[in-house]
Parts: sequence; C-alpha cells; structure tokens
Amino acid sequence: MAAAIPLSLLVLLLLGPGGWCLAEHPRDSLREELVITPLPSGDVAATFQFRTRWDSELQREGVSHYRLFPKALGQLISKYSLRELHLSFTQGFWRTRYWGPPFLQAPSGAELWVWFQDTVTDVDKSWKELSNVLSGIFCASLNFIDSTNTVTPTASFKPLGLANDTDHYFLRYAVLPREVVCTENLTPWKKLLPCSSKAGLSVLLKADRLFHTSYHSQAVHIRPVCRNARCTSISWELRQTLSVVFDAFITGQGKKDWSLFRMFSRTLTEPCPLASESRVYVDITNYNQDNETLEVHPSPTTTYQDVILGTRKTYAIYDLLDSAMINNSRNLNIQLKWKRPPENGYIHYQPAQDRLQPHLLEMLIQLPANSVTKVSIQFERALLKWTEYTPDPNHGFYVSPSVLSALVPSMVAAKPVDWEESPLFNSLFPVSDGSNYFVRLYTEPLLVNLPTPDFSMPYNVICLTCTVVAVCYGSFYNLLTRTFHIEEPRTGGLAKRLANLIRRARGVPLL
Amino acid sequence: MVPVTVVFTRESVPLDDQEKLPFTVVHEREIPLKYKMKIKCRFQKAYRRALDHEEEALSSGSMQEAEAMLDEPQEQAEGSLTMYVISEHSSLLPQDMMSYIGPKRTAVVRGIMHREAFNIIGRRIVQVAQAMSLTEDVLAAALADHLPEDKWSAEKRRPLKSSLGYEITFSLLNPDPKSHDVHWDIEGAVRRYVQPFLNALSAAGNFSVDSQILYYAVLGVNPRFDSASSSYYLDMHNLPHVINPVESRLGSSAASLYPVLNFLLYVPELAHSPLYIQDKDGAPVATNAFHSPRWGGIMVYNVDSKTYNASVLPVRVEVDMVRVMEVFLAQLRLLFGIAQPQVPPKCLLSGPKSEGLMTWELDRLLWARSVENLATATTTLTSLAQLLGKISNIVIKDDVASEVYRAVAAVQKSAEELASGHLASAFVASQEAVTSSELAFFDPSLLHLLYFPDDQKFAIYIPLFLPMAVPILLSLVKIFLETRKSWKKPQKTD
Repeated sequence: MAAAIPLSLLVLLLLGPGGWCLAEHPRDSLREELVITPLPSGDVAATFQFRTRWDSELQREGVSHYRLFPKALGQLISKYSLRELHLSFTQGFWRTRYWGPPFLQAPSGAELWVWFQDTVTDVDKSWKELSNVLSGIFCASLNFIDSTNTVTPTASFKPLGLANDTDHYFLRYAVLPREVVCTENLTPWKKLLPCSSKAGLSVLLKADRLFHTSYHSQAVHIRPVCRNARCTSISWELRQTLSVVFDAFITGQGKKDWSLFRMFSRTLTEPCPLASESRVYVDITNYNQDNETLEVHPSPTTTYQDVILGTRKTYAIYDLLDSAMINNSRNLNIQLKWKRPPENGYIHYQPAQDRLQPHLLEMLIQLPANSVTKVSIQFERALLKWTEYTPDPNHGFYVSPSVLSALVPSMVAAKPVDWEESPLFNSLFPVSDGSNYFVRLYTEPLLVNLPTPDFSMPYNVICLTCTVVAVCYGSFYNLLTRTFHIEEPRTGGLAKRLANLIRRARGVPLL
Repeated sequence: MVPVTVVFTRESVPLDDQEKLPFTVVHEREIPLKYKMKIKCRFQKAYRRALDHEEEALSSGSMQEAEAMLDEPQEQAEGSLTMYVISEHSSLLPQDMMSYIGPKRTAVVRGIMHREAFNIIGRRIVQVAQAMSLTEDVLAAALADHLPEDKWSAEKRRPLKSSLGYEITFSLLNPDPKSHDVHWDIEGAVRRYVQPFLNALSAAGNFSVDSQILYYAVLGVNPRFDSASSSYYLDMHNLPHVINPVESRLGSSAASLYPVLNFLLYVPELAHSPLYIQDKDGAPVATNAFHSPRWGGIMVYNVDSKTYNASVLPVRVEVDMVRVMEVFLAQLRLLFGIAQPQVPPKCLLSGPKSEGLMTWELDRLLWARSVENLATATTTLTSLAQLLGKISNIVIKDDVASEVYRAVAAVQKSAEELASGHLASAFVASQEAVTSSELAFFDPSLLHLLYFPDDQKFAIYIPLFLPMAVPILLSLVKIFLETRKSWKKPQKTD
C-alpha cells in the first residue's frame, strides 16, 4: 500500500554545521570492448569485456557509496574481506586444435577461486558463506561447494592483481563440473553492468542467441590494481567477460558470412554515456590457407597491430564514442565476408533435434585419382523413455543407409540418344552430355544393438518376495503351531480309487 | 509499568495539600485488544516537593531557559517521565495552555488552588503521561500482525516488523543519462542528517547505511500528460505498480541478514519532465513523494526547466540534498511508526530536536517493540508445540530444546521487567526471546523424518506381512471355533 504523506506535520529543523562542500567521492570509470575473431574452421568467436575501475580504498565502516561499481559485489568485498574473486560459468569446451588459442579459457561448469585478505580468521567459514551468497546473486547452485570439492592449490593460482605476500592458506578453489549455464545465470550477470543492456555494447547480449552456440563462457573477475604507474594507491577492478563461439553450421546454416545481426540479432545503436571507452575490434589478419581473403564492411578507419598470444595480428577498430561512426548510419552492423575462389567443396549439415528431426550430412567432394577416401561421422542415440521402446527392443536399432551419388566419367563417349526410341534400361537417368554417366549407390543399413532395460523387474521382485515369505514362513509357522493327532483312515474317496488304478497297472499290492 | 515523578513547586497547590507530600499513587488502566486479550498499563506516580534548583529553573522566564537549567542534574532512566507542576498563574506557559510536553522526558502541568487539587492534577498528569507513553493505537500498530483483521487494524498503517537491525539504502535512479548528468552529495547528507537520527535510534537496533546510483532504471508505469499544467502526472492508483520493476535492480540484501529499507530518488527523463504525483483529489502532492509501509519511500525530483536553456545535453544537475533529506527522514519516522501522538486538549507540544527524534518517542517505540517481540516469541513457541502435537514424526534435538528453554526464560524475564518499569532490559530480553524462539522453530534438523507419508509405509510393508498374517489369522479362526465347540460340548453332555 502506498500513501502520499502530507508533510505539513513536523518538519525537522535541518541545520547542518558548516557550509556546502562537494564531497570528493571516489571516481570510477567504465571501459567496454568487443573482439570478433574469425576462426580457421569457419566459425566466429566474440569476446565481450566490461571493465569497471573504482578508485577507492574499500572502507569497512557502515556506509559505502556506489556509482558504477555494483553494490552487491562491493558489499561482498567489504563483508568477507576479499582480495580477489574469480567466478566463471562455461558451457562447452574450447577446441584449441580447430579454433586456435583462446584469450581466456574456463573449465566446463562453474569455477570459483578466491584470495582472502590476511585479516580473515576463519577462512573456511567465510568461504562457505561466500559461496552461498554468490549462489544467490547469480542464481546458480554454488551452494554445493563444500569441503568435498574445495582445494588449496599451492603453486598454480597465484594472485592476478596486486599482492604483498602469498600465503596459500588464504586461497580457496572449487569447480562444479555439473553446473549448467542458462538464461537465469546471464540475467543477474547483465544486471551488474552499469548500462544494463540498454545502451552500448550490452544491447548485443540477447540470451536466445548467446546460448545457441557451441561455446559460452561468462565470468566475473575482481582484483586490486595499481592506480597509476608509480603504484602509490590501489583501485579495485571488476572485469566481466563473456566469450561465445558461433558455429558455422548450427547458427550460420553452412554459410560463412557473418554480421552482427546474424550473430546477435541486434545492431549497435548508441554508446553507453557512462563509458569512457567503447570499441569493437575485428581480427583482420588474413588467413592464407585455401586462398581465402576476409573483407570487412564498413571499412575501418583505424587499425591496431600487435603480437597477441605469440603471433602478430592486425585488428580493425570501430569506436562507438566517435560521433562520425554512429552519425553516418543509424546503427552499426559490422559484416564479415569471405572471398574465395569457386568452390570445390560443399558441406551441408543439419544437426538432429531430439524427437523432431534426424542428422543430415551432405558433402560434395572431389576424389583424387588412385586414392581411398574414408568418411566417418560420430553420433549418439538419445535415451528413450520407457513407452517409446518397440515391442522387440532386443532386436536393435537401425541406421538408415548412406547414399552416394556420382557422375562417373565414362571411357567411351556416348552419343545422345532419343528418349522414346531407346530401350528402358538406357533411359533411367537423364544425362546432359556423353562423357559421364550418373550412378547412385547405397550402403548397407546399420543395425546397432543397444542395451535395453529389463521391463519386468518390479513384477519379479514382488512375486519373489511374496512367494519366499509365504512358503518359508507359512511352513515354519505350521510346524510350530500345528498339533498332530491320529486319525482313523477313511474308506473310499476318489484319490484312493485313482491310486489303486495306478497300483494295479504297476502290479503292486492295492491300498 | 511507567514510573512517573511528579514535582510540585511552592505555589502550585494549596498548603495543606503540600503537607501531604511525598507519597505515591498508582493508576491502572486496561487496554482491551481483542476477545480475552488485554494489556494492563500501570502509572506509578511518585509525588514530591521541588528542590531548590528546580524552583529556580521553573521560575525563569521562558521554557527554553527552564529546560536548559533542568537538564543538567540527572539523566533519566528509559521509560520514566518527570512532570513539573507549576502554579496556576505562572507565566512559563502561555495563558491558555494547561500543559506542555518537552523534547526529553519532561512535561509541565499547571497546578490549581482547589480542595480537590490532587485529584484534578492527578487526572491531568495521567492524560499527559498517556500521550507520552503507551496508547491504544501504538499497541494496535505494533501487534498488527497478531490481531485479526478488523476495521481497527485495517486503517492503521503497518510499521516495520521488529528486527535486530536494519539496512538503509539510498538509491538515485537516473533513467536518462544522456540528458541528465546527476550528482548528489550523499556522503555529506548522510553524515549531517541521517547519522544523528540513527544514533538517537541506536537503542532500537543496528543500522547500516548504503547508497548507489542506478542508470537506465525506469518506473514500470507510463505517466499521463496533463495539458492544463503541461506536466506529467502519476495517479494515486498507479503508484503500487511502480515499485516492482525497480525492485529487481536495487540489489537489496546481497550480504546482510537484516531487512532493507529503500529510499529512491527518481529524476524523470527529459520526455516526461516535469512529473508530479497526484493524490485522490487530483492535486499534486506538495513533497512529490510517497512511501510504502515495510518497504521504503520514493521521491520524484524534477529538474528545474531553467537549466535546459544551455541546450547542451547532458545538463549537469546538482540535487538539493536538504529538501530530499527532509522528505526521507519524515518517511523514515513514519516507517518506524513514530507518529504524532494524540495530545490532550490545551497542550503545547515542543518543537522537535535537531536529530528529529524526541526521547519519549524512542521510549514509545521501545515499548511497542517489546510487546511485539513478546507476542512473536509466544506465537512461535505455541506453533512449535502445536506442530509437535499434530506430527509425531519430528525429532527434537538437545540444542533445539535448550533454545526453547532460553526463549521461555527470556519471555518471562521480559514480562517481569516491563511490569517493574525497566524498559531497556525488557527490550533486550524480548529481543533475545525472539531470536531463541526463531532459532528453535526454523532449525533444519526438525525436517529430517518429516516426509514419510502413510500410504508409502503401507505399500512397503504389506507384501511382506500379508502372506505372513494369513496363516496366523486362519489358525486364530480355527482356535476360536474349537473353543466355542468345547464350550457347547459340556453343555450338551450334561
């Protein structure tokens, strides 16, 4: 219930001592950047980084004032006396063989490692409380972190920020590989950004496109850094990073042309007014294998060259704060086009969707002479529900045969024939010219034997138990409680006559 | 029990009455709350003669001087009051006022030269004392959660639930950072205005203050355009829908266990400037603010249209913190339930102190909180006992049992202290009672064996015991038949 208050009642006399003084509050700054890297296999990697730097020694008193630095994380740092915090959520695995070295890699699942300050007395208690609070902030199941999956590494996780001494007693590391990343982890991560998906680079963060990728990793890194070159005072740095890899086949439908709209279903419209720097970098180092060249549209005005991760690379820079960039077009849609000579290979791949559609793989290949070509594909069969099994599940499951269609060059040039006059076996497949003929071959279907569940077990258990109990216990009880007394044999009866019949047949004396 | 010390000056009552001093009178009052539930309020008045310095102070010219001179000697205990009875014709009070209530726990009442002086003065004293301590509305508001809904409690606005501490967050919402570059000196304002108020309230709990600036945070409601005043307005019916969309961005209580009070200052975007809040008559509210009980308050700060003349966006806006803090502190008082007391007729109320809180208002708050804590603790313990009666599966461990004992002991101690008038220790004991009772009730070990429904027990044990039971039952039937036969046989043969 809300109500407006008539303030004609007591109004407090607010006479503060002293005059007006504009308090010097700690300054904070925001830089945001997006790096787009075309990968050798035709995919595209996009890495977002949002860096907030807060020039303040974090006070531990009751009052703290936040501007760009999010209040939730600032309260965490002061309450649990953190020195560094690194938290990442990842889905998928970075394939270094196909994609090259990453900027920042993270393990699949959730990873959390924290350096505490030396003033903390009970590190394990603080670690437990911290993981519970973080699981609330990021809507993730980090509360499963306990002593069974926490370690204290001694050599590998040195502090990434400023550190006076490194006593490993204050370091804790935990990984939860089972943790699944989804939209409800992305939403609180986006809320920590100052411009919060309304302006600047964060408008591109749409959950339905970001999770339609083969690799998705989002992370939060907090560490103290030097404020200036002489390092006279400390600032706190918060980096939020997000890396995604868009697959050429799943997202791009086989084509290798990328644009911001294709990848994120959004374009960049305006810069974030709170950011001091807001840039997009595109990797335009040419890939010279396969004679392909990369063309970027709109053409960049500035480039940046440096040795990154061991190789020399060139980046095109698009600065959102540069008013010329945004004013020319209403929105900025960076497009990457691969220019290649006429294709000699074509691959179409449609991945399967459970209970909807199967895998489809089509390849157009040119076979070199006198060679053997092997094509192999790995697939998995999803686990069926118990009503989806056929009545004969032990027969196995069939995989449809593969089709090979080829234009085989013929030794002897054939003449074009008249359709209606030639015999039927000659006119099966249309041929345009006489130098090759069309053939279509099929492989054998594949029968795969998969383990089947035993559907009769519950019934078996009940029957067995009841039988054993009834028979064993029943007879034991009868032995204990029955009294036996002698009875005169009775004459007659059907059973006796049947028995006598059998005895006569055997030649044994009758009853 | 409220201990009241009544001090008589020389000419306030007739001489023979003055001979009778000093003595003590007890006045009891029962406040009915609901069927079979009443609270007894006792005023113990100790009458005495004035000491010399008090006579001197009370014959000075103005009330401020008198108060300054009376202040020094003693610091009164919490919960007690001191009343000074002055002569009928004294010029300390304005002529038509009969009594005066001061900012600390003092009051001044006019005496009378009459035969029944003590009775009349006694009634006046009780009236003033009631205004400064417990009354029905304070109790009803404090116990709002425990009383059934009827027209009495529905009208009262609910104050905050009693808790060990509170976290207060001031947020500046700027939905349009392209047009407005807003700056506010929140640190200085907190230091100058909020911190003294919270220091005065520190007996009621721990307080911590935070602030933040949120950008691109919009209200969930579109304001409507009023062409008469060419401004935008928010109707009173829209106000409850404003809070929810904003709440998700406030980031409340990430790291603390105490309830959070949010105070938002909203600078409307350029397209919706200026923005006013209209009450139910359609007139814009003077302070342009509203508050929601148990949550916090929102104030809309309109940027002066003169600052747009430069027409370079974004314009720099410096927030006037005095205006803003006035509103927020008044809302804070209302949220805590420190409302205007019902003063008796012809009574002058002194102006507020510079911290914004009078000492006896704090006492009222502590009384209300103690009663509320006792009610909560007893309700929790009763629910636990009823639960144990209904579900016999629950296992009570030893530490849970010791918490229950502690809670009961604390409730008894708090009730005793309230009856004897020691407010501070009663409040502390009542807080301890609430904490212990909640620890006992919400202990996670109570739930271990809880989910074991009866039909599952049948499904597990019947396949085992039914085959066993059939031969037993059959032989029981046989035994019974044979015994009946053997009873009948002797009768037959005889």
